[in-house]
Amino acid sequence: MVVQSITSTAREAYRNEPEKKVTLYLLVLGFIALLLGTLFGPLQAFNYGGIDLYPFLKPLLKSYYQGLTLHGVLNAIVFTQLFAQALLLYLPAKALGLRPNMTLSWLSWWMAFIGLGTAAIPLFGNQATVLYTFYPPLQGHWAFYVGAAVFVLSSWVTAFTVLGMWLRWKRANPGKVTPLVAYMSVVTWMMWLLASLGLVVEVAVFLIPWSLGLIKGVDPQLTRTLFWFTGHPIVYFWLMPAYVIAYGLMPKQAGGKLFSDPLARLAFLMLLLFSTPVGFHHQFADPGVETNWKFVHTVLTMMVAVPSLLTAFTLAASLENAGRARGGKGLLGWITKLPWDNPSVTAMLLGLISFIPGGAGGLVNASFSLNQVVHNTAWIPGHFHLQVATMVTMAAMGASFWLLPHLTGKPLLGRSYALASVWLWFIGMNLMAFALHWMGLLGVPRRTPIAQLRGEYDGALPFMALNAVSGVILLVAAIFFFYVFFATLLQSKLLPASQVPEVPFAGAVSGPEHNRVAETTERLGLWFVVAIVLVVIAYGVPLVEMFSNINPVPGQKLW
Amino acid sequence: MEKNHRAIETFERLWLLFVLGMLVFFLVVITGMLRTHGGTVPERAERIDATKVRTEGNFANPRVVFEGGRYIAYVQAFAYGYLPAEITVKKGLPVTFYVTSPDVQHGFYVENTNINIQVIPGQVAQVTYTFKRPGVYRIICNEYCGLGHQNMFGKIRVED
Repeated sequence: MVVQSITSTAREAYRNEPEKKVTLYLLVLGFIALLLGTLFGPLQAFNYGGIDLYPFLKPLLKSYYQGLTLHGVLNAIVFTQLFAQALLLYLPAKALGLRPNMTLSWLSWWMAFIGLGTAAIPLFGNQATVLYTFYPPLQGHWAFYVGAAVFVLSSWVTAFTVLGMWLRWKRANPGKVTPLVAYMSVVTWMMWLLASLGLVVEVAVFLIPWSLGLIKGVDPQLTRTLFWFTGHPIVYFWLMPAYVIAYGLMPKQAGGKLFSDPLARLAFLMLLLFSTPVGFHHQFADPGVETNWKFVHTVLTMMVAVPSLLTAFTLAASLENAGRARGGKGLLGWITKLPWDNPSVTAMLLGLISFIPGGAGGLVNASFSLNQVVHNTAWIPGHFHLQVATMVTMAAMGASFWLLPHLTGKPLLGRSYALASVWLWFIGMNLMAFALHWMGLLGVPRRTPIAQLRGEYDGALPFMALNAVSGVILLVAAIFFFYVFFATLLQSKLLPASQVPEVPFAGAVSGPEHNRVAETTERLGLWFVVAIVLVVIAYGVPLVEMFSNINPVPGQKLW
Repeated sequence: MEKNHRAIETFERLWLLFVLGMLVFFLVVITGMLRTHGGTVPERAERIDATKVRTEGNFANPRVVFEGGRYIAYVQAFAYGYLPAEITVKKGLPVTFYVTSPDVQHGFYVENTNINIQVIPGQVAQVTYTFKRPGVYRIICNEYCGLGHQNMFGKIRVED
């Protein structure tokens, strides 16, 4: 009887707020991908620690490279996109007080699900062991490219759903400034629509016909360029949901207010403008891109560091505001007064701390001349594990601690495990990233099963040991986290309606009303055109040159 | 509160100035480095038919030639090795490497130097470097190129 009444209450909640259900589906699918992908993480850490566990997985996995492909695809592409789809559909709906188009919302979930399933078959069957960058001429099974395309296009459906909802709001509220969280979400989707064009063209125009045998070859330099057209801004697509949480929710969770609402808008607008025309900083070592164009992208990459450095200031000011409101005194006393007992806030704080060395490393990578030292070394995974695997993932972990109870009406189970999981994740990731950075400087390559070699990289042994240790810590962290996540999700207990957590929208010390910055940044149609112009300036000439000199190379399957 | 707020805004402006100053400084240093050490930035020498790399032209005969006081090395990076497997040059003399691939993408990273090329089929990469210290330098493939990628090494012997 009890169970029945609970189910009917939950069903009723979903009838009143159907967007909660689709958000939950997107979120859970994303975290299942993270769970699967994360299982391969310790294997990678152990490999860079000189321990090869792949022979024990032979019936399941054919090679290190298959495991690495699954790790990268599931964590970096699938999990991140689904989390963005869940969060940046739900939050703008709540911020605007509108219902998203439910048909489109469910269409996006089904596309993501079907795309994922389609790509999973060749991935698990070792028919697409091409890593998550899938550089031609390595040629995966067509189902991998088709599945990936359907999966990525599902994000376009979410983008149009949110843009449509926002336009409805604009029509009903002429002359008003969009609520901050909705503004940030809309900007993120606009950025992604422009940025993902490269990947969509690469896959739809070249890789799918090629993998089906309709065209004989593709130009690896051109497809690489299209890949990185999307490949850099995709990291902002991963990051911006974390920024939405950091600006829009975290100040409230920490017990304070956002320092400046207009500054947050300015940072997001700069991300819209400068995220995309920077892809050549991943191609500094490519022979087919002219040095002058690489330099143009270097300058623009420095520009895209500005919004992140502004963010660092605004968030620190907002957290100080919160810490002092909670009675923090003195120069640094406010830090200890922050709610460190709240796993959701702690996850964000630890993620943001990791983002400082991560960002500094990013400036190194962007520095054309320094990149020669670190390109394709272990330094690079060291860098992005601070950014995406620590900052972005911890933001998502932290969000799940309130979002899951909010969506399901169920209480968070295992709060102390939640707290332990974020600390262990933070420690493990920082240790591993530190080690990988040093190994990179010592010349150890990325994406390489060095545990299968004998003594080739002995110079890096102390750092290899750190990798092995971090693998153990991260495995424990992952077990704790997924225990909390799935125990919370699968329990039948419900919270009384009054105790279900609300979306913690933060107020601002200085708001957007009658503010010039807020009014200027609101003109998103115009700014979108400026973003396109910047992309045309940065990419126009090199892309026209490449498209008019296509030099096809046949595919290879070398795994 | 109001006083605090204004103080934060002042700090914020100072921070923004610091940020912009720092980035401009970085760009100046990068430009300077490219002018003095730009030889290791890979550039395209030419486009090439990847399917004929093994049979026609300079790369069908991978070798090091010495002419006019400098070395020219024609290098094939293939799955899984380099041709010539060993390159021998004298220290203090400029070496120009032309590198291409007949199959998939590879890395051409020379340990303890700034030579780090993304080798792309269809493109001939060019870099120039002068080895200052004698010794044996490993060439390491740092781009995934198939099952044997981890075993893909080459060797440069720099003589006194």
